Amino acid sequence: VGKKVQAIYLWWHKPVIDKELLQSLPNLKVIANSGVGMDHLDLKLVASFGVKMANAPRAVSSTTADTGMALLLASARRLVEVHNISISPSMEYCEADILGVKLAGATLGIIGMGSIGYKIALRAKAFEMKILYHNRTRRKVQDEQAVDATYCRRIDSLLQQADFVMLVVSLTPQTHKLIGKKELELMKPTATLINISRGAVVDQEALVAALQTGVIRAAALDVTSPEPLPRDHPLLKLKNVIITPHLGIKTDKATYMITEEAVENILAALSGLPLPSEVLPS
Amino acid sequence: MEGQELPYVLVDCIGGRIGVYEDHVGFLKKRFHLITMKEYLENKTVLSKKIRAIYMWYHKPAIDEELLQSLPNLKVVASSGVGIDHLDLKLLSSYGVKVSNTPFIVSTDTADMGMALLLASSRRLVEGHEMAVSPDTEYFPADWLGVEVSGATLGIVGMGTIGYKVAERAKAFEMKILYHNRNQRKKEEESAVGAVYCKKIDDLLQQSDFVLLAVNLTPQTHKLIGKRELELMKPTATLINISRGLIVDQDALVEALQNKVIKAAALDVTYPEPLPRDHPLLKLKNVIITPHIGSATKTTRWVMMEEMAESIEAGLAGLPVPREVLP
Repeated sequence: VGKKVQAIYLWWHKPVIDKELLQSLPNLKVIANSGVGMDHLDLKLVASFGVKMANAPRAVSSTTADTGMALLLASARRLVEVHNISISPSMEYCEADILGVKLAGATLGIIGMGSIGYKIALRAKAFEMKILYHNRTRRKVQDEQAVDATYCRRIDSLLQQADFVMLVVSLTPQTHKLIGKKELELMKPTATLINISRGAVVDQEALVAALQTGVIRAAALDVTSPEPLPRDHPLLKLKNVIITPHLGIKTDKATYMITEEAVENILAALSGLPLPSEVLPS
Repeated sequence: MEGQELPYVLVDCIGGRIGVYEDHVGFLKKRFHLITMKEYLENKTVLSKKIRAIYMWYHKPAIDEELLQSLPNLKVVASSGVGIDHLDLKLLSSYGVKVSNTPFIVSTDTADMGMALLLASSRRLVEGHEMAVSPDTEYFPADWLGVEVSGATLGIVGMGTIGYKVAERAKAFEMKILYHNRNQRKKEEESAVGAVYCKKIDDLLQQSDFVLLAVNLTPQTHKLIGKRELELMKPTATLINISRGLIVDQDALVEALQNKVIKAAALDVTYPEPLPRDHPLLKLKNVIITPHIGSATKTTRWVMMEEMAESIEAGLAGLPVPREVLP
């Protein structure tokens, strides 16, 4: 069977691609990934076997941006907390203690302004938020103006001004633990951290400490290290944390589109044609 | 003013679930002599003539003819929020009492709440959080999916200030927007958000993936959404209510949810509030309920309080009342 396999469709980072697997599939031509993140793949290793790789960037950006906004809104309005109050047997609460944060006029700092980050900016603008962004490279002026976003060349400047900090970067050696103790301390004590990138972009221990001591107000995490977290992890118990099970692109429509994109890439590779969304080792 | 006593203003209570916020009391006490209902009832003979205004926070204290008759010098009722369905405007007017609300400041927060509920419901956020923190969770299933928001059709029932702000937000999510309103909006307003008018609510109900209620409660909108309307909705559709519980026939809604006539509901408002603890809505997996917090942000509640104080002061000074509601 190994000789017959020409393509692998990676669904949710499985099957795990290691040297052993690659060696056992001599006719493998292409690995198509569901989703856009490629940090779980050893790109150089795969390329060394002459195997092409592709991700599915088109399908994910809107859906992932929606996830980011869902988390931002849920955290700002304490949705999980208040839903639990509404269905609790006692319903004892003080409205003054469950007040949320007004978004209109608040500042959103987007770290990572790729296609997903940009779609978040488009959405946040409609909520009348002020938008700051930090990115490896500055976007074109027209792009900035379309969403009224201000570039922060230094991440510190963004962290100090933002009421909501949203992480939308790829995981690379440069973004690993991008947000640590120093960055959290630069944030406002009233600020919320939202992560829809990868758990490893945040120094998780530093985050726990920051949340426990009121260094920042709250966090909303669609991604953690690992997923799921061990059941005794402190993040699971903190009242000011919303954790979601890597919602990312998990909708009926997006997963269908991802499959379509993957199939396109696979068929192209097998026909010797250029791949629509090839990913090369950098 | 020097030598003059501060005006006596009746409130329901301070603190507790829905009483006047402790944080607001300092500001109010600089301007008014606050009397709680408890204090009033204990000393009616003295206080009834002194009370000149009522500061109505979260629809309390309830005002009936008996109360109006016993407050001969009542001039102004300032009500928090935009809804005034809990007030008998004709009755108040017949006693020469002016009424004010806080209509505009609540708009963005309430629209945000509508979007928060829409996104939370479609992406199964509450359910997902429970899974993420549950002691029994060993892995996240790969086929656990929500419903796409971007590109879906949102039907807004009631396109007033709040409904329009919802449309502005939904447009940024690339949603198709239908709306039903007593009157059609101007062409420029429709184009700005890409909204298509549905003269018949049925058309909106049949085409929408999400139906969001943003109407006032009036005799015409009472039980606007009943069995018939729910059956017109797609079986994959979600109902979101940020208006008033009574806009929906709640029993019909329970049945529709239990029988999968519609997919889900997300309700910031119910009837009553809160629901009895054994109510079926509290147990349904496909329902998100929040405790009427549409405008409950720290900033907005502070401004509401300031606006109400301003309206009372103007009314007592014989000046035009800001944000006056006419019968």
